[in-house]
Amino acid sequence: MTSFIDYTVNGLVIGNIYALLAVGLALIFGVANLINFAHGSVYTIGAYVGWAAITFLHTPLPVTMAIVAVVCAFLGVAIERIALRPLQGKARIAPLLATIGLSFVLDQLVQLVCSPDPRAVPSDLPDWRVSVGGVSLGAMDFLIAAVGIVSAALLYGFLRFTKLGFAVRATAQDREAALQMGVNVNAVNSAVFAIASALGGLGGLLVGMYYNHIDPAMSFQATLKGVVAQVIGGVGNVPGAILGGALLGLTESYGIALFGTSYRNLFAFALLIVFLLWAPNGLFRTGSGVSAEPLVGTFVAPSRPIRLPRWAVASMAIAAFALPLVTSAPYLLQTLTNAWLAAVLALSLTLVAGTAGQISLGQAALLAIGGYASALLALDLGAPAIISVPAAALITAALGTLLVFPAFRLRGHYIAIATLAIGEIVSLVILNWEGLTGGAMGLTGIPPLSFVGRDLDSNRAIYWTCLIVVVIVALLQNRLLGSHLGRTLRAMREDEVAAQSYGVSLDRYKALAFAFGGFAAGVAGAITAHLYSYLNNQTFDSQLSLLALTMVILGGMGNVLGAIVGAVVLVGLPELFRVAAEYRILIYGIVLLLLVRFRPQGLLGTV
Amino acid sequence: MPRRLEIRGLTRRFGGVAAVRSLDLAVDDGEFVSLIGPNGAGKTTTFNMVSGLDRPDAGEILFAGEPIQRLPPERIAALGIARTFQHGRVFANLSVEDNVLLGAHTRLRAVKPSIPLVGPLAELALALIRPARVKREEAALKDEAREILGLFGDRLTPRLDHLAYSLSYANRRRLEIARALALRPRLLLLDEPTAGMNPTETEEMQALIAALKTRGMTILLIEHKLDLVMHLSDRVCVLDDGAKIAEGTPNVVRNDPAVIEAYLGHSGIGRARSAEAVGP
Repeated sequence: MTSFIDYTVNGLVIGNIYALLAVGLALIFGVANLINFAHGSVYTIGAYVGWAAITFLHTPLPVTMAIVAVVCAFLGVAIERIALRPLQGKARIAPLLATIGLSFVLDQLVQLVCSPDPRAVPSDLPDWRVSVGGVSLGAMDFLIAAVGIVSAALLYGFLRFTKLGFAVRATAQDREAALQMGVNVNAVNSAVFAIASALGGLGGLLVGMYYNHIDPAMSFQATLKGVVAQVIGGVGNVPGAILGGALLGLTESYGIALFGTSYRNLFAFALLIVFLLWAPNGLFRTGSGVSAEPLVGTFVAPSRPIRLPRWAVASMAIAAFALPLVTSAPYLLQTLTNAWLAAVLALSLTLVAGTAGQISLGQAALLAIGGYASALLALDLGAPAIISVPAAALITAALGTLLVFPAFRLRGHYIAIATLAIGEIVSLVILNWEGLTGGAMGLTGIPPLSFVGRDLDSNRAIYWTCLIVVVIVALLQNRLLGSHLGRTLRAMREDEVAAQSYGVSLDRYKALAFAFGGFAAGVAGAITAHLYSYLNNQTFDSQLSLLALTMVILGGMGNVLGAIVGAVVLVGLPELFRVAAEYRILIYGIVLLLLVRFRPQGLLGTV
Repeated sequence: MPRRLEIRGLTRRFGGVAAVRSLDLAVDDGEFVSLIGPNGAGKTTTFNMVSGLDRPDAGEILFAGEPIQRLPPERIAALGIARTFQHGRVFANLSVEDNVLLGAHTRLRAVKPSIPLVGPLAELALALIRPARVKREEAALKDEAREILGLFGDRLTPRLDHLAYSLSYANRRRLEIARALALRPRLLLLDEPTAGMNPTETEEMQALIAALKTRGMTILLIEHKLDLVMHLSDRVCVLDDGAKIAEGTPNVVRNDPAVIEAYLGHSGIGRARSAEAVGP
């Protein structure tokens, strides 16, 4: 019984931190209609600023908190300036992508400046604990509770009684009308980003002190948890975010109590999916489901794709095939092999996200399914690669489609959140289903690719195999785009309501897009598994999903050739120029930011 | 013999407001019926329910005798009901031709075999392999799309491969109608087809709609331009505040006191104007 109360207290304390994150996200969503993916980065930076202040300046706690709040508030204002203000009126997805790019940049900067190793945050809090009804509470618990309650009260007062607070609420209800009435919407946005970021930074500091541990990798998880808490409370709903945070904290805490720590995130994402499916408007809003506005109309940047003449594309393909005849430099061939595999992933994503308009942030999970399926078929059943790879692709197509099927009725940002969560769930199931997947230890000794009894072990053979896969997938996808399916998928992307009114069954065509994409990604995942001969739950992580999205945007959404170009540029070039790994993510982030700002239609244009 | 469209006791509430209140309305084969009324009278809500985008709280919608009020929009489209949208919802990043071809989606037969379960996979395979049958179907539809676009003179035909977002507002409205015609509708729902058009363009549109009527097409029209309504309609149904206040031939409706009151307010046009001038 005591331990139950302990877990409850623990859940509420962590829930408080989630609430701090979610409140910020909700405020930002309210005024800017944007899920700020850089929010977790602010949280991390808050933790590091606090750590630096305590370690180097030996500041007392109140001063540390003030420094963190001020630095993060300025960071928030900067984020608004970079990721939001210049993108007003651009495609609706643009600010979201910009915040993803910013989070890459910020996280990587933290890692470069402070090293990727975890740090301990010294706390000058007194060491006393009090026992209330058999539960032992420390100063830290009280501090977190106090910060939560005080900031909620201040926020309430601000929104309710100040002039700027009125302006924030007016902007949240109707940005255009507020603008017409003389509200300085930019100032409102700045203020909201400042407040949200100050709260997020404080959350990071408190978590660092609570666990006495901070590291740069905490950012992504923090964003996810904040988003989950926000969806539970109703996206954009501030009181809802507080309750959502508490509910998420408790669910996680009880989940840990029942099943152990490695299940913690599984519970968080399962809760998210439950809410997305049964109460997509959160706890507080009822009504007719997600808005039916034609939100997708401006989802992709309108443009005329650049069409290269056939002979040009053909000669590029021939050059790619001929390359191993000219050179046998293993480094070059291996690098390009990686680029070809990335290109298959990008092709699958550009169909789903670009052509069908279902922005998927969990595409790497398909690689994982394909990789594990082929590896297990080979290891457990002794299937040769010629059978296990296509079989794995079919399994990926079926399983991938089934997993996202419940999310088909979601729109806009929600489908992105859902696919992100589904991707995380796949990775967590792999981690926890030790009997099948080997858990964190992974699978070892996956046999190499073979063809009619001969192992493909030369770099050339592997290079050609992967290139052939790219060419086949690209040709098939091109043919698909030229058929009635291409037209139907794109119509669905442009306006689901109009498409449905003309007889397009949304479920059917979304399923077709995911199945085709799943098949391609499954092939890529399976081949990767055989090439690496080793897989674990982190081989295909969510960062790869975001990288794939960057490739797709670089090439032009829905653009087949663009996806290949995007993959070669982002995977091949940094490798060839031997850019150190830690700078690569930074480059990806900057590329994404620049693209969204200056060339949202990508290099070759949206199709 | 069931009527082409029959609406019985249709009701839709949003919160406490009844947008449509026990509406009865019928359209016969080949008939041209107009739905008029002030803004907020429930006209578009009615369209939304007939086309399956919204669900009625009460009442029935029968299409050729079949109840359709619980069917999803794609099934209703497959039965042969096409609609245009009040504010225009063309597919912005699709070409003019593709917009029209999408209108014919429900008519695809060769490429969309109706096999249970594996139907979608067969559709994918046929789209990739494209046997002669499928190619012929696509080519025939393309010819037909050009023919339909030809109805609009040289407004759309020279812009066949332009993306829809680059069209003028009036052309987008035309494209909507072209897309609807490609479905070969057994019932065509037109929601303010001349909204935002100048007098010349309105006249052109009126001629086009008149031509569709002559061809025997069954049409239900929402329109504010009463000239056009009175000119084309076999019957006019007037809604106000969600309820039907009058129905009959254009002449009968034109002189109905309830209609005049709904349109002009209680005290006639002169005083309404002076009130407007004084302001609130």
